[in-house]
Amino acid sequence: MSSPASTDTDRTDLEVPGRSTEKTATGHSPMRIAVQDKAQDADAAPEVPMVEVQNVDLYYGQKKALKNVSLVYPQKRVTAMIGPSGCGKSTLLRCFNRMNDLVEGCRVEGSIKINGRDIYDPALDVTELRKNVGMVFQKPNPFPKSIFENIAYGPRLQGIKDKARLDEIVERSLKGAALWEEAKDRLNESALALSGGQQQRLCIARAVAVEPEVLLMDEPCSALDPISTGKVEDLIVELKERYTIIIVTHNMQQASRVSDYTAFMLLGDLIEYRDTTTLFSRPSDKRTEDYITGRFG
Amino acid sequence: MKRHWKHILLRSGDPFIWLTGGALAASLLLVIGMIALIFVSGLGFFWPHALTKFDLGDGKQVLGALMEREEVPNPDNPEHAVRHRIKVKQGNRDLYGMDFLWIDEDQIKSRELPGDAVQVERMEWGHFYGYVKEVKDGDKPVATGAEAFAKVQALLPEAERIREEIRSLERDSVGEINYYQNQVRLKLKKLHMDGVDTGPEVDALTKEMDSWQQKYIDLTKRIAELKAKQTYSVSFTAPAGALASGEREKTMALAEILRVDKPNHMSFVEKCSYYLAKVWEFVAADPRESNTEGGVFPAIFGTVMMVMIMSVLVTPLGVLAAFYLREYAKQGTMVSIVRIAVNNLAGVPSIVFGVFGVGFFIYFMGAGTDKALFPEMLPTPTFGTGGILWASLTLSLLTVPVVIVATEEGLAAIPPSMREGSLALGATKFETTVRVVLPAVMPSILTGLILAMARAAGEVAPLMITGVVKLAPSLPLDGYFPYVHLERKFMHLGFHIYDVGFQSPNVDAARPMVFTTTLLLLGIIVLLNIGAIFIRNRLRKKFSAATAAI
Ligand SMILES: Nc1ncnc2c1ncn2[C@@H]1O[C@H](COP(=O)(O)OP(=O)(O)OP(=O)(O)O)[C@@H](O)[C@H]1O
Ligand SMILES: [Mg+2]
Repeated sequence: MSSPASTDTDRTDLEVPGRSTEKTATGHSPMRIAVQDKAQDADAAPEVPMVEVQNVDLYYGQKKALKNVSLVYPQKRVTAMIGPSGCGKSTLLRCFNRMNDLVEGCRVEGSIKINGRDIYDPALDVTELRKNVGMVFQKPNPFPKSIFENIAYGPRLQGIKDKARLDEIVERSLKGAALWEEAKDRLNESALALSGGQQQRLCIARAVAVEPEVLLMDEPCSALDPISTGKVEDLIVELKERYTIIIVTHNMQQASRVSDYTAFMLLGDLIEYRDTTTLFSRPSDKRTEDYITGRFG
Repeated sequence: MKRHWKHILLRSGDPFIWLTGGALAASLLLVIGMIALIFVSGLGFFWPHALTKFDLGDGKQVLGALMEREEVPNPDNPEHAVRHRIKVKQGNRDLYGMDFLWIDEDQIKSRELPGDAVQVERMEWGHFYGYVKEVKDGDKPVATGAEAFAKVQALLPEAERIREEIRSLERDSVGEINYYQNQVRLKLKKLHMDGVDTGPEVDALTKEMDSWQQKYIDLTKRIAELKAKQTYSVSFTAPAGALASGEREKTMALAEILRVDKPNHMSFVEKCSYYLAKVWEFVAADPRESNTEGGVFPAIFGTVMMVMIMSVLVTPLGVLAAFYLREYAKQGTMVSIVRIAVNNLAGVPSIVFGVFGVGFFIYFMGAGTDKALFPEMLPTPTFGTGGILWASLTLSLLTVPVVIVATEEGLAAIPPSMREGSLALGATKFETTVRVVLPAVMPSILTGLILAMARAAGEVAPLMITGVVKLAPSLPLDGYFPYVHLERKFMHLGFHIYDVGFQSPNVDAARPMVFTTTLLLLGIIVLLNIGAIFIRNRLRKKFSAATAAI
């Protein structure tokens, strides 16, 4: 699929928006964001690619759910995925930690690299990948265990048994997810006793506890009230200091509030991908404009 | 107008509410009625009955406890004055031949409650009702008349001590010697089968055998000494019964007597203490007189142990099967068929399982085990006959569908998102199953187990052919290596009820025992269930915020 040479260059000195796009066979640019858009950003640091998607087709049985999607997610940035229901946002997201493997009859073609490593390489250990690519789901899904055990779950899987280490990880993760103050006195209570918003932050803390590089979030706020949503959004902004975040959302305001880049998808196609400000203020594609102005979707 | 009214009533749905509510009330009433009946009949059994002396004229007298009163059926002459008759427990089976007697009330000239009438509980022949006449030590009279009763009471504790000592020597010590002698005998037989008939090994064993034999002789001596101490005897008088006039006398060895009471003389507190003693005897003692007297301890023990073994066997089996069906098997026609089959298995009559247990477990597996592991015992079967292991296994088969279904339902209720959450953290499927799914499904597993235990504890038919007996010589758990004797036959409360109520030689006398035993069986099932429900609720509380419901 993608030539190793191009990837190498991309990785070393690529700036978002990527420029070496013409090299790909399809003409689809992995990074469609125009140079001039980015120029407005005064402190534009060079972007380092984290997740590279090239010419990905995905089939659920006969049904093609992703059509030749190519894009690059930069490191330590928040990238939002928007698009009408059923366009394949979740499907794409679930490719990155290979959750689609669980779906019978699902087939992925093309290449997806994380940190330069092809994650569909048969030699790759899926559990290792998933430790490196955390996921937060649409509905909070804490385990029916105590708060402590929820967060210690991932580290325990990695073989950490030392109570002091676990204590420290739990505290750090809860603090990282802005839940420490609320939860520190009830660590041994059931996680299901938390409110929905707290549960979602717990799930974020749980994902963060294994120190992934990439954090996938599939509509993390759709089941939450505005206050909890605000808290989670603040958290996302904080987390991007350390993680590459890819977030699916139906909420345009949310996308513009938290994300640096935004990708718009439609019926399995990637339509437009550029920095969030430009995409929302001056979309270059008519369909994007229609969607964000609420004319369809 | 009328139609309109009906229409409104039907639309409102009120009749339906009455109907459903009525059905519930009817079922509840039936259940409450049943439990009340069992409670009253079962608990009343131990309360001391007053002893009434009925004078039937011509010097004929009956002494006994009034049990029932009913109208004499008189179909030929319905307008004739209603007559009643009473049922009296007259005891003294050795004198009169039967314990119970119907007397027409118009035959009775007078009734009185003699204060010095005694009720004697003895090792054989059931209750004796009469009056204490004399206590003798050998041939020498020790006390007569009024002092005799006090003397008997004073002598009874020592008599009981001696009796218990003899019993424990005869049963436990002789049993122990028998056990070890048998071990030696089997070792010799094994050596013989291996072609060794002489040599140091054989000599050592023969010597051991002799030492046991010597111990046995010592023991018989000791028993004879103790028996020589049982010199007292007590003589009683009793009315000659409904057919003859006059009195009859009966002399018993003091060693035969368990307790003597004057029920007409007892204060309320004494009655209570009598009652408690009887209840305790019932749950803690061995049965006597073909199960109609004494206690049911071996049956309690057997029931509980059988249910425990069954739980230990059925839980892993059912849970693993359910996990395979729900988590690993490819969902399709095959799995659906298996599932339907499992569900139907729960409806198969239990005796069918019993037959299977006999055919497969006892005749095939048991006989095979005997050939492989206990050849020296043959032709006496060890595992090749009914026993608590086979009975428990049969019941596990019977109840495994319940566990499978409950576990499967629990698994189905676990949202896929929970599994995904674990997988997304880098857990393998196995880790997810063990660490997330299993704890989450635990309450459902326990629910299944509760149902299985309730079913197993009440099941009798398959047990009757796989290992339950009327009277087991020893418990399946004791102090001899290997302590748990899974091959032993055992007693069971359910079977005990059937046996006492319908198979015993003296059904009338044993009938109250049926209710008492039923009550006990119910109580044990309730206790087992409460235990399991308690554990389940603790688990639920641990896992969820929602308040646990039963
Ligand atoms: N397990 C599956 N098997 C078959 N088809 C699927 C499966 N999951 C998703 N699809 C199909 O793939 C397409 C994309 O689905 P996807 O869930 O990615 O949409 P989405 O953009 O996340 O939508 P939403 O905003 O509603 O979550 C849809 O047409 C959907 O029907
Ligand atoms: Mg989705």
